[in-house]
Amino acid sequence: MAWVNAIIQGILTGGLYALFACGLSLMFGVMKVVNLAHGDLAVVAGYIAIGVITVTHVPVLWSVVIVVPVMAVLGYVLQRTLIQSSLDRGVLTTLIVTFGLSVVIENGLLQFFTANSRGIGAEMTLVTSSFKIGSQIEIAYLLLLIFAVAVAVLLGLQYFLSRSKYGRLIRAVADDKEAAQLAGADYRHVFGIAAAVAFGTVALGGIAFGMYSDLDPTTGTDTILLFAFAAVVIGGLGSLWGTLLGGVVLGVAQQIGAQINISDELLAGFIVFLVVLVLRPQGLISRRAPS
Amino acid sequence: MSLATQTAAGRTENFRVTRSRRNVVWTGAGALIVVVVLAFFPYIVYSGTTAILVQAFIVLTVASMWNLLAGYAGLVSVGQQAFVGLGAYFVLILALHGLSPFAALPIAAIGSGVAALPLWWLVSRLRSGYFAIATWVLAATIMLIIEKFTSIGGGSGMPLPGFTGMNPTLLTAYTYWAGLIVTVLALAGIYLLLRGRLGLVLTAVRDDEVAARSSGSRVGLARLLVFVVAGVGCGAAGAVLAISQLQVQPSAVFSIQWTAEMAFATIIGGLGTIEGPIIGTVVYMVLQQTLQSYNAWYLIILGLVAMAVALFARRGLWGLVDERLNIRLFPVGYWLRPGKQGGP
Repeated sequence: MAWVNAIIQGILTGGLYALFACGLSLMFGVMKVVNLAHGDLAVVAGYIAIGVITVTHVPVLWSVVIVVPVMAVLGYVLQRTLIQSSLDRGVLTTLIVTFGLSVVIENGLLQFFTANSRGIGAEMTLVTSSFKIGSQIEIAYLLLLIFAVAVAVLLGLQYFLSRSKYGRLIRAVADDKEAAQLAGADYRHVFGIAAAVAFGTVALGGIAFGMYSDLDPTTGTDTILLFAFAAVVIGGLGSLWGTLLGGVVLGVAQQIGAQINISDELLAGFIVFLVVLVLRPQGLISRRAPS
Repeated sequence: MSLATQTAAGRTENFRVTRSRRNVVWTGAGALIVVVVLAFFPYIVYSGTTAILVQAFIVLTVASMWNLLAGYAGLVSVGQQAFVGLGAYFVLILALHGLSPFAALPIAAIGSGVAALPLWWLVSRLRSGYFAIATWVLAATIMLIIEKFTSIGGGSGMPLPGFTGMNPTLLTAYTYWAGLIVTVLALAGIYLLLRGRLGLVLTAVRDDEVAARSSGSRVGLARLLVFVVAGVGCGAAGAVLAISQLQVQPSAVFSIQWTAEMAFATIIGGLGTIEGPIIGTVVYMVLQQTLQSYNAWYLIILGLVAMAVALFARRGLWGLVDERLNIRLFPVGYWLRPGKQGGP
């Protein structure tokens, strides 16, 4: 039963990892940007949430209503300024600039908010309570909620991309930005919208992780970026639902690793990532080849 | 090398293809003098100064390797700390088996290069951004694996044995010389590599990868070679690090900070020139020394400067010098110069 429990826990944490990964995947799919500051921005979102909760005393979950729009605006602005101007100069510059951003954010947080780790809403009943199935399986309400949010976000993203006006624009620009530009779509603005959406998911990921565990300045790269990336690669580059599958595989691998030896949690996840990289570099769900 | 071209008027004009726009003998002599002067430093300066210089040597070596990867081969690795860590741990393991850490240094460098082969096999499947994060994951994985071995200190690391009873002054001097030798070999090695066939292939790939491939350049092999050389260089730097710190700690040697330092130093100095990392290391050391009492500020400032340079002065500080003065101290490209009248 302990193994069944590990697998269930792994599947549920997979939702959290999918929340980390879908923004990374979206930005790569649309703008061909690999945002190395992805995880640090999630931590920033978490810190903003902590600040909002401390200052305004709103209920913890209400902070989402403030932080997600704030991050979306930040995403739009960053895309239109820093990321777009580095994109214009090539892939190398984009990597250098986002890596620089990552190091600056991480050390800035360290400088202003110390290396102390902080959680979000640690005393809430939602965060601490759980229900039991049988004697061995214990499911935390929070993890279940995060998984549901992840699925809802992915469904929302799919609906947004396939049905809405901006979704169609984003797909058009991702396919061929010059052609879309000729047809009257300002691709820079569309990129900004896509970044805003991606940053919104980043905000959710940061807050969810802050409630699930603790945030500190290094969480952004050590955990969020690397897990997001592993989930994207395992699931398949450019596949939206692949991020959920990849997250679940990563989560299950980690929980099984932890079941074998408590210190092997991270290692087991990365080893599964490497195995997928060797055996199936296109990921478990590979997007159909462009015709 | 010389070649003649026929102009429209039918007049024969001669061009010479040269390596340099100026005489390279002078820079060679200058470099030699600098190295000789640096070699005498342990006799003339305090050990505090040589300790700072050892740090500069480590940064210069890893920055030059990162420059080779990103500036010449287009491989942005964010996981070079893997090799810094491996080099340090190879020295530790060999020292635990009774070998002198200085004798272990070259073995550690070669060992890191050998380790680069299977790692390349893993990450070479991915391009640009995904390659970058994959190298990062690899570095994290290697650290987690090493932390599992309690005989080499596990997660908390251990002091480097092999120096008990050694005169501290002598140890400082030897460490300094080891750092100097590693740096000189790294720079000379990169210079010679880039002047040879590899340099030509990499230039061809930079200009047009498809054309380079279709004209028979073995692009994959060239990139593999660069990755292995960078592994050797970063491993050697890690070995010097272990010797200078006298202890090896996984979170310190496998820190992403190494990649931040090597990337920022290279970008600020000038990506894709051999001189760039040298200038960048000077900037890095000056900032680090002046701001060292303000914790992480030097990295924040370095990061901001590197981002600004990447966006607005893409050829870095050395690029600015080159534009004004038209010099290359370490020419690896070719230039067309008008030759003497009357044939070759």
